[in-house]
Amino acid sequence: MRIDVNTSVGSYPWRRVPGTSPDALRAAMDRAGIDAAWVFHLPGIAWRDPMEGNRWLLDACSHEPRFMPVPAIHPGLPDWERELEGLQQAAVRIVRADAPWYGLAPAGPEMRSLARATASLGLPLMMAVRFEDGRQRHPLDRAEELPAAAVRTLMREDPRVRLVITHADRSFIEEVHFGSTPDESSRIWWDISWVWGPPEDHLALLLETIGPAHFLLGSGQPLRLAETPLARLDLLDLSDDDRSRIESGNALALLARS
Amino acid sequence: MLIDVHVHFLHAQSPRGDWRLRNESRMRAAARIGITWQVSSVLGTWGERSPIYFPSPADVTLANEIQRQIVVQYPHQVRGYVVVNPNFIEHGLSEMIRGKAGGMIGLKLAASRRADDPLLDPFCEAAAQHGFPVLQHVWQHRRREYPGQEASDAVELCRLARRHPGVAFILAHIGGGGDWLHSLREVRRVPNVFVDLSGSGVDGGMLEQCLDAVGAERLLWGTDLTMDTGLAKLRYLERLMDAEAFDCVRYRNAASIFPAGSFPET
Repeated sequence: MRIDVNTSVGSYPWRRVPGTSPDALRAAMDRAGIDAAWVFHLPGIAWRDPMEGNRWLLDACSHEPRFMPVPAIHPGLPDWERELEGLQQAAVRIVRADAPWYGLAPAGPEMRSLARATASLGLPLMMAVRFEDGRQRHPLDRAEELPAAAVRTLMREDPRVRLVITHADRSFIEEVHFGSTPDESSRIWWDISWVWGPPEDHLALLLETIGPAHFLLGSGQPLRLAETPLARLDLLDLSDDDRSRIESGNALALLARS
Repeated sequence: MLIDVHVHFLHAQSPRGDWRLRNESRMRAAARIGITWQVSSVLGTWGERSPIYFPSPADVTLANEIQRQIVVQYPHQVRGYVVVNPNFIEHGLSEMIRGKAGGMIGLKLAASRRADDPLLDPFCEAAAQHGFPVLQHVWQHRRREYPGQEASDAVELCRLARRHPGVAFILAHIGGGGDWLHSLREVRRVPNVFVDLSGSGVDGGMLEQCLDAVGAERLLWGTDLTMDTGLAKLRYLERLMDAEAFDCVRYRNAASIFPAGSFPET
């Protein structure tokens, strides 16, 4: 089984991207051999209230059993706690917040409050380091990338905080992992969408130094090709067991605790 | 047959202590992907004794010698570009002559001088004489100067290409950073510019836009520093185009712009 934990539906504000509908996402998953997807609402990252996309996302996912919604919470808006509780009551398993794109300090009081709230509800919190290569972003797309220091700070807010970080590169992951206690780093999961393969072999190195238990299959599709993380794994010398953990086992274990 | 037109090897006189591991990793991944030929360049001492994009003449000579040794080491897998620093005209032209005599098949222009600078003209004339295509390092839509390189974008490369219509130019790594849409708009009407698909960028829609801009006849497959993204793009392209067009991208286009006989079995 393969679970892509980093997918989205809806148009991208900064350029034309094909294949952003739920049907197109399903087709891309079929093309790449992906069984299930964790899905967020892409336009919402640029909305003043990204939570306005949650109902649409939940509805879209309700029609497709292979999709699992990852709704957004903006902890700088009034009454965000009620939205979070409502999502939990609707059986949502994970939520996301992209502070730099909301105009919030990534480790400011709002995000720290959200980290504590998700921890108390037993929900993992997903955050993206970036969505595009910084060298190609639209001139007006000026949100800072998520800093590694913010991940370390949020992790320390509550011993029950669990974070899923997407689009992080090798140096980001190393900085957080080795800048955290074993307990802290055991509560962080990383997708492999931005960790390069040969000849630099960043992913192989991280699997050796950190271990495979906290890496997840993630593509960033449709902003990026669905084929990429699987190509990356195909170029590794992985045991069947380790590959299975990255492709789905780690994600399922994470959800089992939600 | 699969030709990778954008490859680099490291060496013992670079700052990278892991140079041998990286080269071995590249060869191992190439075998796994099914790459038949890798066309490679060495950029001086990779910053050890002179800047990567502004290599000294001594480092250029060393790099080209190392490149020739790599071709000797892998005679059935690797071909080479001659590297020059165009600020040293006589030296660069002599390197091209030595390279041609030593079996090199192309010219690599990195970022020592803007692509539309008249200083590059003698090198392009020599490339025409030797039958070399020119691989030009490109920053897709350069909006400012970047430290460590005199980077060029597609607009500047196309100015050079228009001055030398008999030479095939390769716009490097469309997925290698910057606004690739800007580059594709520019190269559309310049028939002697080919688009190298390498780079870490695997943006949704990028390959469709490449195809729309220049057609399958002007696309070249490559990897540069991320072979995993190269493999992903290859797999996507196979679904995007028919078998004949796919073969053009895999190797036929490359075989058509390098000197005849560069890739036995084509």
